Amino acid sequence: MRRYADLRLCPSIEDPDQVERMVSKSSELGYHMVAISIPPNITQTKIRQLQKICGSADVDLVTRIDLAPQTSKELLHLLRRFRRRFEVISMICDSKPVARQAAKDRRVDLLTFPAANLQKRFFDNAEAELASNALSSLEIEMAPLLLLKGLPRIRLLSILRREAAIAKRFDVPIVISSGATDEYLMRSPHDYVALASLFDMGTSVALRAFSEIPFSIVRRNREKLSPNYVAPGIRVVKEGNCCPRV
Amino acid sequence: MRRRYLAVKLVSEQPISREDLMDTIWDAIIQLFGEYGASQTDLSLIQYQPEKNCAIVRCSHKALEVVKASIASITEISGKPAAIHIQMISGTLKALLEKCQL
Repeated sequence: MRRYADLRLCPSIEDPDQVERMVSKSSELGYHMVAISIPPNITQTKIRQLQKICGSADVDLVTRIDLAPQTSKELLHLLRRFRRRFEVISMICDSKPVARQAAKDRRVDLLTFPAANLQKRFFDNAEAELASNALSSLEIEMAPLLLLKGLPRIRLLSILRREAAIAKRFDVPIVISSGATDEYLMRSPHDYVALASLFDMGTSVALRAFSEIPFSIVRRNREKLSPNYVAPGIRVVKEGNCCPRV
Repeated sequence: MRRRYLAVKLVSEQPISREDLMDTIWDAIIQLFGEYGASQTDLSLIQYQPEKNCAIVRCSHKALEVVKASIASITEISGKPAAIHIQMISGTLKALLEKCQL
């Protein structure tokens, strides 16, 4: 049976009731894993509280941070600071230099472009080529698609269609996330697949964007954050002096 | 003509009438696919249980994707926040009722 993940849920962290409602709604809609956008200065107590809420709804919590640097230098600084603290790092690309730097940095998991300003969606062929070499994924948030009406939604659909086609051409994985700020913006994976057909994403590609791809990102990052990780493909399996000397 | 039956669950804080429900779905279809697209859906409301917030709608099997996308895009009914979740889809009403236990 396919397992689903929503890599971006945006409840107000300060309101545990809303977090609880949204997490249980996710579970009801068939998600097994949710990532909640967490502010950088969050305390460990708060994270444990979120984990407890998710645990009681039988949903796996992924810690995620959304970074929005203004310059490439700031991007590198933020990555050095936060990469070891969060399981998923999303880079909101507000300018072209930042988008290019984010696409070629292997520490960035998700490339996110603002839906409010369509001029700032820099996911073109060059960006896709860099992203495909660095294993970054393109994140498509569905909340703006639900909230916008009329001409802005037409423009957004047109851009998403172009971005999905470029991502397919360059083998850049796409992650679809809800970006929901309340329960009314949350949909089941199959509802999102139906919505993804509006920008010509096939059913199988859209389903992978909710299941295999987010799970592989989280698995890879959890392995890297584990204390036993040494390098790609190398990890400590046993410690002590019981190992034979060679 | 082949048809598809969709069991949907309504999420809203206010009670929703049959008319409001169908008007909202038609509006969503017209917004996304236009009047030409809407004319091909052959949409009708088969059953509505306001106390359970459940409904069954029927559409042409060729327009299933159109109806699914339109229903998923609904965020308000009569100006109040709402959502409609598709619970199950079936080729016959009998099978749907058996699966959904409506």
